[in-house]
Amino acid sequence: MRLVIASTSTPLQLARASRSRSAVEITQTYLRGLKSVEGRLGSFLAVDEEGALAQAAAIDARIAAGEDVGPLAGVPIGIKDNLCTQGLATTAGSKQLDGYVPPYDATAVARLRAAGAVLLGKTNMDEFGMGSSCENSGFQPTHNPWDPERVPGGSSGGSASAVAANQVVAALGSDTGGSIRQPASFCGVVGVKPTFGRVSRNGLVAYASSLDCVGPMAQSVADAAALLSVIAGPDTADSTCSQRAAEDFTTGLLPAEQLGSTPLAGRRLAVIRETTGEGVDAGVSAALSSAIQHLKSLGAEVEEVSLPSFAVGLPAYYVIALSEASSNLSRYDGVRYGHRAEADELWEMYGKTRHAGLGSEVARRILMGTYALSAGYYDAYYKRAQQVRTLIQREVGAALQQYDALLCPAAPTPAYKLGEKTSDPLAMYKGDLMTVNLNLAGLPAVCLPCGFAEQPGGAKLPVGVQMIGRAFGEAELLQLAHVFEQTAGVMAEARPVVHAATQ
Amino acid sequence: MAVCGSMRALARAGVQGPCQRLWAVSQQLRLFGVCRRAGSSSGLAAAGAAPPGRAGLACAASAAATDAAPSSSKQKVEYEAVIGIETHVQLNTATKAFCGCASEFGAEPNSNVCPICLGHPGTLPALNAEMVRKAVLAGLALNARVALESKFDRKQYFYPDLPKGYQISQYDVPLCEGGWVEVVVPDSSTATGGSPRRIGVTRAHLEEDAGKLVHGGAASLSGSDYSLADYNRGGVPLLEIVSEPDMRSGAEAAAYGAELRRIMRFLGVSDGNMAEGSMRCDVNISVRPAGRAAFGTKVEIKNMNSFNAMQRAIEFEVARQVELLEAGREGEIVQETRLWDEGRQCTYSMRRKEGLADYRYFPEPDLPPLVLSQAYVDELQASMPELPAAVRQRYASLGLSQYDAVVLSDEPAVARYFDALLAAGAPAKPAANWVQGDVMAHCKEAKLAWEALLGVMAPAALAEMIQLIEDGTISGKIGKEVLPALLAGEGGAGGGSVRALVEARGLVQISDPAALGAIVDSVLAANPKQLEQYRGGKTKLQGFFVGAVMKESKGRANPAELNRILMERLNAPQ
Ligand SMILES: [Zn+2]
Repeated sequence: MRLVIASTSTPLQLARASRSRSAVEITQTYLRGLKSVEGRLGSFLAVDEEGALAQAAAIDARIAAGEDVGPLAGVPIGIKDNLCTQGLATTAGSKQLDGYVPPYDATAVARLRAAGAVLLGKTNMDEFGMGSSCENSGFQPTHNPWDPERVPGGSSGGSASAVAANQVVAALGSDTGGSIRQPASFCGVVGVKPTFGRVSRNGLVAYASSLDCVGPMAQSVADAAALLSVIAGPDTADSTCSQRAAEDFTTGLLPAEQLGSTPLAGRRLAVIRETTGEGVDAGVSAALSSAIQHLKSLGAEVEEVSLPSFAVGLPAYYVIALSEASSNLSRYDGVRYGHRAEADELWEMYGKTRHAGLGSEVARRILMGTYALSAGYYDAYYKRAQQVRTLIQREVGAALQQYDALLCPAAPTPAYKLGEKTSDPLAMYKGDLMTVNLNLAGLPAVCLPCGFAEQPGGAKLPVGVQMIGRAFGEAELLQLAHVFEQTAGVMAEARPVVHAATQ
Repeated sequence: MAVCGSMRALARAGVQGPCQRLWAVSQQLRLFGVCRRAGSSSGLAAAGAAPPGRAGLACAASAAATDAAPSSSKQKVEYEAVIGIETHVQLNTATKAFCGCASEFGAEPNSNVCPICLGHPGTLPALNAEMVRKAVLAGLALNARVALESKFDRKQYFYPDLPKGYQISQYDVPLCEGGWVEVVVPDSSTATGGSPRRIGVTRAHLEEDAGKLVHGGAASLSGSDYSLADYNRGGVPLLEIVSEPDMRSGAEAAAYGAELRRIMRFLGVSDGNMAEGSMRCDVNISVRPAGRAAFGTKVEIKNMNSFNAMQRAIEFEVARQVELLEAGREGEIVQETRLWDEGRQCTYSMRRKEGLADYRYFPEPDLPPLVLSQAYVDELQASMPELPAAVRQRYASLGLSQYDAVVLSDEPAVARYFDALLAAGAPAKPAANWVQGDVMAHCKEAKLAWEALLGVMAPAALAEMIQLIEDGTISGKIGKEVLPALLAGEGGAGGGSVRALVEARGLVQISDPAALGAIVDSVLAANPKQLEQYRGGKTKLQGFFVGAVMKESKGRANPAELNRILMERLNAPQ
C-alpha cells in the first residue's frame, strides 16, 4: 500500500516525496493551520499538540534509522471523540465523561498510530452520537467551514468540518444512522460507512451496538480508502467483527488519466425512488440529477428502484438504536469514572449524576429506549423493529442482486443554520431517512461531493451523493466513487470559506 | 470524586488523570440505605444501628412453630412446603467470562480488573471458551438438553457492583434445559440410610458475576455510612442452575444442594465453596395445605453459607409460614426476599418485591449467538468423568453400606484415594474403614488436603498395610501404630516396603503357637497367685492374663491365637 493523499488538496505527498519537510515540520504546519481557524469552527474538543509532535518526532527518528514507518507516516489525523485514545481525554461529547482519560486505545486508533498517522486531536460530536448537527455536543457547537452560520452535520460534525477546512488531512468518524455520511454531505468531504463488522468497534463508545460503525472521512476517495485499509480487519476484541482479512482498498483506484472514456460501462446502478421527490431540497435534487447524468456519461446504466420498506425503516431504526442506547449508557452512573454528583443516598446520587452529566437529547433517547424495552412493550417495539430490520435487509439485498450499487442523497437538504432545527427533534429525525436503512441492513455506503446547492443568501453549500454497495463490497464501491470523483471534478475549483493554509 | 479536570484542557499522553487512576483503586462510595431491611420503610436506613424490625417477631414465631404440632384442638391440617432452588455456581476458569482477568478468589481488592470488567466506555465482551466447555459438561452431568444454539441477553438494573448497568446473562434461550439430579435424602428411619429421588432441573444458563460491596462504618449493612466496591469478582463466570419446585423439606433441599456441589466438584468445573461464595443458593419456598394444587405465596431466602444452614433456614421459614397460615394471617406472607441470620437462627425480611422486577432483557448485541456443534457436545459427553451417583452405586456393589458409599463419594479426592486403594488390592470394607476412620481424622486434624495426602502416603502403602492386617502379619492395633509412620511417608510406595518397615521395627504379629505358648507359659509362671485364683473360679482374671501376654509380646501377639492358647493352658486339667 502506498500513501495516497488527495492530489489537489494537500501538498503532503509531494512534501514527503521530496523529503523537503519532516513529519515534525508537517505536524507543526498542520497544528498552526488547525489553530488559525479553530476559533471560527470549533471542530476540536481537545488538541494534543505535545503528543502529536512527539509522535512525529518518533516517525522522523525511524525514517532516519531506515525503519519502515507505515503507510500513513506523518499524516495528520483527527479522531472523533467517541473513539478511545489512551492518555488523551475522550468524552463522546458528554459532560458525563468530562476529563475521562481512557486506559486504552480503540482498535482503529491503535491501527492508525501503528501505520504512522499523527493524531492531532479529538473532534467534536453530538453527545454520544445522538444528533445530526453537532448542536447536541455537551461542550460547544461546531461551524460549517462553507458557511460558519450553518451546522456541519452530525454526529461526526467535528471530523467533517476539520477535514473540510484542512485542519487535518483525514479523520475517523462513526456512523450509527448516518453520522459519517450526512456531515460528509454537509461539509463536502468523502465519508465511508463500512459494512457492519468490517472495522472493529473495540474502543468506540457505544451508542447502538448493532448499528455502530467506525469509518474514515477524508478529502478524497483515495485517502478514505487508504485509511479504511489500515483500520479494517479482524479483531478478537470485538466478537461482532468479521473474520475477513483486511484488503488494500487503494489498489483498484486508477489515476484519472488512466481511465478510459466510459470507465463505468456495464455497471448497473439504481436510484432509490423513496429518497427522491417530495421533501427533498431542490438544490439536492439538482445535484443528484447532474451526478446521475455524469454517471451515465461514464457508461453506467442508471435506473430507478423502489424499496418500499425504506419508509418503515426510520421508526424501526429509532426503536432499535434507542433501546440499545438506553442499555449502553447505563454504565455512566458516576460510580467508577466520569462525573459524579454529591448525594447522601445511592439512588439520589444516580439521579443527580445522570441528570447533570447527560444532555436533554440523550435523556430523551434513554427514556424512549427504556420504554421500548419495558415488560409488555418489548414485543410491540423491539421485537417488531427487528422484524422490520430483517425485511429491509432482504429488500435492499435483493436490489443489490440486480444492481451493482444504489444511489441516493445522504440528506434531504444541504447544511442548515445553527438553531434552525434544534426546537423540533422530529424534523431532525426525518433527515436520517436517507441513511438509517443502510445501518439496519449493515451495508457499506460512501458519501462524496456531487455538486453544490446555491442558497438565497449566495452561499454555496456542498451536496453529497450516497453510493451503497453489497456487504463487504467496499473495494468495488470505492472504485465507483473514485471514478466519479476523478472525472466529475466537483471540488476542482471549490474551497470552503474557512480553510487552513498548510503551505 | 467530583469532576475530573477541565474538558478543554489538553490532555497529555501518559499523564494519569484522576479518572484513570480511579478504575484501578478501591474507592469509597456512599451508599446509605443500600440494603435496607424491613422496618426502614423510607429506604433511608437510619444511621444508628436499629435492629431489623421484623426479625424479632419472626424469631418468636419460629420458637412457637418449631414445637411442631399445632396446639389448638381444631381439626389438624397437614401443610406441605414447595421448594425450588436457584444455584449460582462459579465456574473455575483461569480467566473471567468476558475478559482476560484472573478469576481467582481472595486477591487484593481491585487487582484483577481491566477496562472490560470495569465497564469502561467502548469495551466489548469476548466469550471465554473454557467457560462454555465447563458449562456444557455440567449441563450434560445434570442430564439436561444442551442447546446447539443459545444466545446472550442483557439483564438490566442499576447497582454499584454491576459495572455496565447490566449483567450479561441468558434469558429465553439458555444453554441447558430440562435435566434432573438424583439425590439421596438421608433418612435415619431406614436401615439403608435413605432413598434416591429425582429433582428436576428447569434450566442452567451462563452469566457473569457481579462485584462485591463491602459496607463500612458499621458492623451491619444498615448502619454503614459508606461502601467499598471490589470488582475482582465482577465478570467471574457463573452457571445458574434453576431447579423445579420439586423439594418438600429442608433435608431434601440440602441433599439436592450437596449433590449439585458433588457433581460440580467431580466434574472439576467448580470448587463449590459456599463459604467463599463460589456456590450460592437462593431458595424459593411456599407452603400450602397438602393436596392443594395451587402454590402459596413464594418467599425467597438468601444468605446461607452451608447446606446445613440452608436446611435450618428452610425449616424455620416453613414453620414461620405454617404458623401464619394457622393463625389465619396468610396475608402476612408476602412475596419478598428474606435473609438467613445464622447468629439468630431466623430469617428476616430484606426487601419486598413490588410485583415482578422489570430487568428489560434484550439480546446482547455485542455477542453473536453461541453455536456449538454436535461433535463438540458428543466429545464432552464422552470425556465425562464418573459422577458421584455412579461412584456410590459402584461402592454399594462392592458390598459397602449406603452410608459408607455416600461418605466415600462426597469428595472427589476422597473417592480418588479410595479407588487407588482398591486398585492397589485393598479389600473394600477394611479400606473403607481406614479411609473414613483414622486417615480422615488425620487429614482433618493436620488440615491436610486429600490431594496432598497422595504425595505423602501412597495409596499402595496403605493398601499393603491393610493387606498385612488381613493376612494376619500384623494386628489391627499395630496397624494403628504403624499408620503415623506411613503418614510420615515412611511406607514408601508399598509393594513390600510396609512389610519391611514392620519387620524392621519388630512389629510382625506373633502367631506361631510354639512362640505364643512360651510367652503364655512364662506369664503364668510369673503370676502363680493369680493363676491359683483363676483356677479357683475367679475367671474374670482372663483379661489380666491377656494384658500381661500382650505386654510381654510388646503388643505383637496374634489376639485370636493368644486367646486360644491362653484358654488352653488356663483350663488345662491339673
Ligand atoms: Zn477484566
